Amino acid sequence: MPVTRKDVEHVARLARLALSEDEKERFTAQLGAIVGYVEKLNELDTEKVEPTAHILPLRNVTRPDTARPPMGREAVVKLAPKSGGGFIRVPQVIE
Amino acid sequence: MELTDLTVTEAAAALRRGECSSRELVSACLARAREAEKTVRAFVELFEDEALAEADAADRRLRSGAAAGRLDGVPIGIKDNICAAGRPLSCASRILSGFTAPYSATAVERLRAEGAVLMGRLNMDEFAMGSSTENSCYGPTRNPWDTARVPGGSSGGSAAAVAAREVPAALGSDTGGSIRQPAAFCGVAGLKPTYGRVSRYGLVAFASSLDQIGPLARSVGDIALLLDIMGGRDPLDSTSAAEPAAGPPAASGGGVKGMRLGVPREYFIGGMDAGVRGAVEAAIGRMRELGAEPVEVSLPHTEYAVAAFYIIATAEASSNLARYDGVQYGYRAPSPGDLLNMYERTKSDGFGDEVKRRVMLGTYVLSSGYYDAYYLKAQKVRTLLSGDFKRAFEACDLIAAPVTPSAAFGIGEKTSDPIQMYLSDIFTIPASLAGVPAISIPCGFSGGLPVGLQLIGKQFDEAAIFRAARAYETATEWHKARPPSDRARGEKAAVDSKRGA
Repeated sequence: MPVTRKDVEHVARLARLALSEDEKERFTAQLGAIVGYVEKLNELDTEKVEPTAHILPLRNVTRPDTARPPMGREAVVKLAPKSGGGFIRVPQVIE
Repeated sequence: MELTDLTVTEAAAALRRGECSSRELVSACLARAREAEKTVRAFVELFEDEALAEADAADRRLRSGAAAGRLDGVPIGIKDNICAAGRPLSCASRILSGFTAPYSATAVERLRAEGAVLMGRLNMDEFAMGSSTENSCYGPTRNPWDTARVPGGSSGGSAAAVAAREVPAALGSDTGGSIRQPAAFCGVAGLKPTYGRVSRYGLVAFASSLDQIGPLARSVGDIALLLDIMGGRDPLDSTSAAEPAAGPPAASGGGVKGMRLGVPREYFIGGMDAGVRGAVEAAIGRMRELGAEPVEVSLPHTEYAVAAFYIIATAEASSNLARYDGVQYGYRAPSPGDLLNMYERTKSDGFGDEVKRRVMLGTYVLSSGYYDAYYLKAQKVRTLLSGDFKRAFEACDLIAAPVTPSAAFGIGEKTSDPIQMYLSDIFTIPASLAGVPAISIPCGFSGGLPVGLQLIGKQFDEAAIFRAARAYETATEWHKARPPSDRARGEKAAVDSKRGA
């Protein structure tokens, strides 16, 4: 399936990437080439093959539900590019 | 012998015997790094003051006669995607500029508990996405064997620093070959452990079902030692395995006599560099002389591995990297406007070209209407690839193969063609998808550039890899070869010492 410029704009919106005109053009061509390459997989009949999400035979790994000291609010907030009053600050969300 | 030539095992022994101090060793490595960094640029940051302070603390422990850690006073470098508490961390990305790790990776904690000294952060492809260390916001690292060439990637800084003798060992991470390929290009040893062997806690996630932390060093014994220290169950990573450790490094001395060495016919293909092929075939011949029994095996789905990998890895990456949105850490675009604008501008300014490309591809293959055609299909092909290894290991104990189809390529040679760059990982990706352990060890040269031999083991059977790798290393001298820039220095030192005498 060829990748169109419209696909690239749609995917960029989903990925929250603002692409320049130049990037849109380049990614349309490059993603088209990569998607064309991975279509090689269609040579294989996988009708009866189970998918592998993970190679380890793990199911529902749990650990004892015991409290441990958390990293702490101050340490977390300190990492944010903008903070104040013990909170992370972001542009206004709700009018 | 100079201090910077010591392996981890030798350095730890010399320190315990009091033949040198950790301050002397760390100072020698720092001096060597200052010289090498003029051309190689393996380090993003050297922790000079902290390293010397840690060395002094190690010296006090060593002198006090208290039980010394297995790495007490030995300097180790870490890839810039592995957290060390209180130290900056960037994944070679602008989007993490100004970020300081609030906690340490379990692997780093375990090295520290044995007394290791942290030398600094090593360059990489941004978020470990790349095969050349050219996708770094700090600029490329150069191969110590030929500074016009790439060191491989994404753990290119780790491999180059070990090859240039700036550190005896370093940590890298491997998702599709990111430890093995640079180890091969730089002529050092590098192990991707079994998926689940080493805790991923504190490793910045790229593709969570594939990522593994592993060691790079100049001897197989060092690799075994570092894995023994780092490996094992960690409650902070639910995918870390409770499997018993590979065993102490000393146990890897058993030799290869009677070991069935699988040689996969799909790994010796047309278009392969003749020098690489020759070196790998000669290495397999040498192992036969040492008592191994080569048998031909088939991994029939090998040619589909790169395609499956670039769907699965980018899908996981697009999800993992969604968190870099300018809210919680790192970079936020100036004058961000509304919230949506802030996300978009932050990501667009903060991510480099290859990261954007992979996030786009991953988002595409997961998007509505395409999931079954791409992502589910790739996961099914992953099952076929894992099956290839299971069947091959019915006929052999270990697989021997090349690491890469060619030796180190030139800087800029593949940057304009993503698919060509991806295909350079064709021999390392299958073991990643199957989750099996694999090592690269030096096995010769092609056109003056190092060539790696890949030994791939069964799940959790690193012990077999170490036994064979150790036997080969003991019988050969490749691991002792030095990069030319370093050789010149070694010769100068020899001349100086003669003059002194």
